[in-house]
Amino acid sequence: MRIGVLSLQGDFAEHVQAFEELGVEVSAVKRPEAVLACDALVLPGGESTTIGKLCVRFGVGEAILDLARRGAPIWGTCAGMILLAREIEESDQWRLGLMDITVRRNAFGRQVESFEADLEIAGVPEGPLRTVFIRAPVITRIGPQVEVLASVEDKIVAAREGQYLATAFHPELTTDRRVEQFFLRMLEQSNG
Amino acid sequence: MSEKSTWTNKVGLAEMLRGGVIMDVTTPEQAKIAEDAGAVSVMALERVPADIRAEGGVARMADLTVIERIMECVTIPVMAKCRIGHFAEAQVLEAIGVDFIDESEVLTPADEKFHVWKHAFKVPFVCGCTNLAEALRRIGEGAAMIRTKGEAGSGNIVEATRHMRTVITEIERLKGLRQDELMTTAKEMGAPFDLVQQVHDQGKLPVPNFSAGGIATPADAALMMQLGAESVFVGSGIFKSEDPAERAAAIVHATTYYEDPAEVAKACRGLKGAAMPGLDVSKLPAEERMANRGW
Repeated sequence: MRIGVLSLQGDFAEHVQAFEELGVEVSAVKRPEAVLACDALVLPGGESTTIGKLCVRFGVGEAILDLARRGAPIWGTCAGMILLAREIEESDQWRLGLMDITVRRNAFGRQVESFEADLEIAGVPEGPLRTVFIRAPVITRIGPQVEVLASVEDKIVAAREGQYLATAFHPELTTDRRVEQFFLRMLEQSNG
Repeated sequence: MSEKSTWTNKVGLAEMLRGGVIMDVTTPEQAKIAEDAGAVSVMALERVPADIRAEGGVARMADLTVIERIMECVTIPVMAKCRIGHFAEAQVLEAIGVDFIDESEVLTPADEKFHVWKHAFKVPFVCGCTNLAEALRRIGEGAAMIRTKGEAGSGNIVEATRHMRTVITEIERLKGLRQDELMTTAKEMGAPFDLVQQVHDQGKLPVPNFSAGGIATPADAALMMQLGAESVFVGSGIFKSEDPAERAAAIVHATTYYEDPAEVAKACRGLKGAAMPGLDVSKLPAEERMANRGW
């Protein structure tokens, strides 16, 4: 069982470290063949327009879509959530389009509006989680198969659809590993 | 409980920019070219450093209409520069909503002794350094990102190399010291003790360390990334070259796959336009060296 963290750009190192702390086999991947060698993939925080362009230019996007067709669990945080979305408000930027959701970028405002909050997340036990939002997106529409996991002020900030998990915040920037454990349970279910 | 603009929020934005290229731009059109080439952020300026150098005079915070027009036309974070120590310029930049402030030696310093107390702001700051002690003083004041200075507007990588090597070597040295040597080392360096302790314990800077000042080619970017930079700032190198769009894309390519010479070669080979003309930094008089500004 091997988790890949897409490392074209962004805070991939924090994600790798988070899974290492849990004793899971994990590696940073930025080539199509490396992506295809994974059993699950994490799309990190970063700039979604930059990561999207690099995905197209270097054939990495096609590899991720192949991996998705094999049923591999994929988790996107922040920029990663934008890349998973089918629709992005007021943007024609490239995206994977794997989740039946619409997202709004920078939905809380510019950087000075970035914040931390304690948040209850469905399926994550043992009380609220400290969450870090940085120029974060939100989900403004969900398809019928999408399960909402968390909201801030009525804005959806975490959701799951089958093999896909999206979070607008950054669990990798805190020391709480419960969202990573949630994703590992998704991976176990997909293998079982 | 919710809390805005925490230290984690500030350093977090710097983390999000890792492995990317931050490009100096002076117009909305240039900002769009930068974004289309894959820049992770743009630095909104009135003049790029090479022009500031050529034209002389006092270089100040950019005209706000220039910054605001650039903020309107791109979705990536927009940075802007204030003069060293000019906290009122920084307050203005925060008020108009820029995403990152560069307290920069490229502009004419406003204070010959003190830098901005950056912890007082909600917006994150990046500051330049030429060595580890300078980096730790800036972090002590609240900088959420460090960039080695290089020599801005020179098109010459030699100073960027020197500053990055110096910082990395000094971190390695601190790591190897005994606990009882750290206080005197902090005193001799002129750096805050708690941050000296942190670098000793963790073996790296507490905030991301990017490279700036003199990057003009894809190979320059690959050099800085291999030396330990986590991202690169490209100032005059893009919009003072013959074909900015292709050069911007090539530098992004080389930064993404910096550890793979075949990919860097591909990025170099595609370039038809010439790089910006460079300066021999060793012939620059000391007072014209921007890297000497900062205390």
